[in-house]
Amino acid sequence: MPSRHSRAYPLPSPSEITPRAIYEQRREFLKRMALGVAGASLAGCIESSAQAEAVAQPKGKILLPGTPSREPGAIATDTLTPYKDVTTYNNFYEFGTDKASQAKKAGTLKTRPWTVSVEGAVAKPRAFGIEELLKLAPMEERVYRLRCVEGWSMVIPWVGFSFRELAKLVEPTGNAKFVEFVTLADDRQMPGVRSGVLAWPYAEGLRIDEAMHPLTLLAFGLYGEVLPNQNGAPVRLVVPWKYGFKSAKSLVKIRFVEAKPATAWETVAPQEYGFYSNVNPAVDHPRWSQATERRIGADGLLQAKRPTLLFNGYEAQVGNLYAGMDLRKHY
Amino acid sequence: MERNSVAKLLQHPVAKPLVFAASLAPFAYLAWAAFANALGANPAEALIRSTGDWTLRFLAITLAVTPLRVITGQNQLLRFRRMLGLFAFFYGTVHVLCYAGLDMGLHVGDIARDIVKRPFILAGFTALVLMAPLAATSFNRAIRALGARRWQRLHQLVYVVAPVGLLHFWWMRAGKNDFAEPAVYIAIIGALLGWRVWHRWRGEAVKGTLPFSFGRPGGR
Repeated sequence: MPSRHSRAYPLPSPSEITPRAIYEQRREFLKRMALGVAGASLAGCIESSAQAEAVAQPKGKILLPGTPSREPGAIATDTLTPYKDVTTYNNFYEFGTDKASQAKKAGTLKTRPWTVSVEGAVAKPRAFGIEELLKLAPMEERVYRLRCVEGWSMVIPWVGFSFRELAKLVEPTGNAKFVEFVTLADDRQMPGVRSGVLAWPYAEGLRIDEAMHPLTLLAFGLYGEVLPNQNGAPVRLVVPWKYGFKSAKSLVKIRFVEAKPATAWETVAPQEYGFYSNVNPAVDHPRWSQATERRIGADGLLQAKRPTLLFNGYEAQVGNLYAGMDLRKHY
Repeated sequence: MERNSVAKLLQHPVAKPLVFAASLAPFAYLAWAAFANALGANPAEALIRSTGDWTLRFLAITLAVTPLRVITGQNQLLRFRRMLGLFAFFYGTVHVLCYAGLDMGLHVGDIARDIVKRPFILAGFTALVLMAPLAATSFNRAIRALGARRWQRLHQLVYVVAPVGLLHFWWMRAGKNDFAEPAVYIAIIGALLGWRVWHRWRGEAVKGTLPFSFGRPGGR
């Protein structure tokens, strides 16, 4: 395990690329950079008092460096959502339905040992231990917008690599038309699994071309450290142009399949959640409009909500995946 | 405690101000927390949800007065019912203002479209609209002007307001297939309404009030 303060936080200095007003809003982020750079004991105190208290991470924080990604669209220039909001406002129904209490409840999740089995229509099915996955490809830092179907959004600096790096190793066959991502469902660690809100285990799915898109990320960390449990430790999917629930957490199984897989929310409420669930301001959720969103930690209480962008602003990168598709029908 | 001493407490001059202060406490806390930024990552959502919760809680508390009074024989409980009912309307109004202001940016057109388009919004809006005439006729002059009988009939609207409010909550949570909380409110308010049905079925007029009425006028 690397020492807590031995590492420089590996993003370009925000002052070089960001307007001053936005740059100053990044003080939370910069504080964390200073932690890595200086490693001062005082900074260590700030971290342990201000953040360790707010976040349940039984084993302490483990740094996970990543170099800034060069994939087009992989580094959003939006102001980062403060670490505290990213780690204390989480939908993770395996630990209950209250977003504010996941940070405490998810402490029961054991992330070691951890195995992800990759199977189905692949030439080389196999199981990967988490330590092996962590070394499978170079770790990249990616700043993605995350738009929740509930109408709020965040900007999160993830650490991980493109899902296709893993896919290449197992060699999908011609029958692999979709990929299914399955979350752990262990009621001893995850009390929410005993509720009937969803059919467990939580499963999500992507079309194979969506899964193989370079922006589809296997994330192992955020803000330069390993994922807190409530954010989907030890490994999760992040699909930035789709509503957040498509980005399955705490993955234990990945299946390449021929038929479109049944997905968690589509199964319990098909009239409300579609398979694609691309972020789209023109297609309302039956219970609320998706035209606007509230940016967590950035927009004031009385500030108007900001407009939501088609494909969450990733249209340039992913729009061609859906050329000719009726996005109202395939919501 | 002996029945008489409870009655004395309920009649004490500070009893009403105390209940008023306690009823206002959730609002005071939410107002303070909104300014102190103590409502978590999504304060707008927290405000809208907790004011909705408090509306249902005050509806339940108001509907509990008559059963409690009959079961315990503490007729002095009636003194608090009007205030509690008005607090249900107060929290409902704050709930709608939070939704309209924080979620809809006070765009009247958007709000009107939302009400027409979404059944759960329509249900919540209907519940508040039906509460308005009850709040508007809650003072003694209105009771005299209407006459006790008509006033009572009007205030039986609460038996529509409560189920429609519950429907609003149920439909809202249906979006996430998550009925645990609405089920608790339905069980409590269902029991309070069921108690009234049971009494009517047994043909027992509840002393001092019609079995199905919101209450005797002028619970002073």
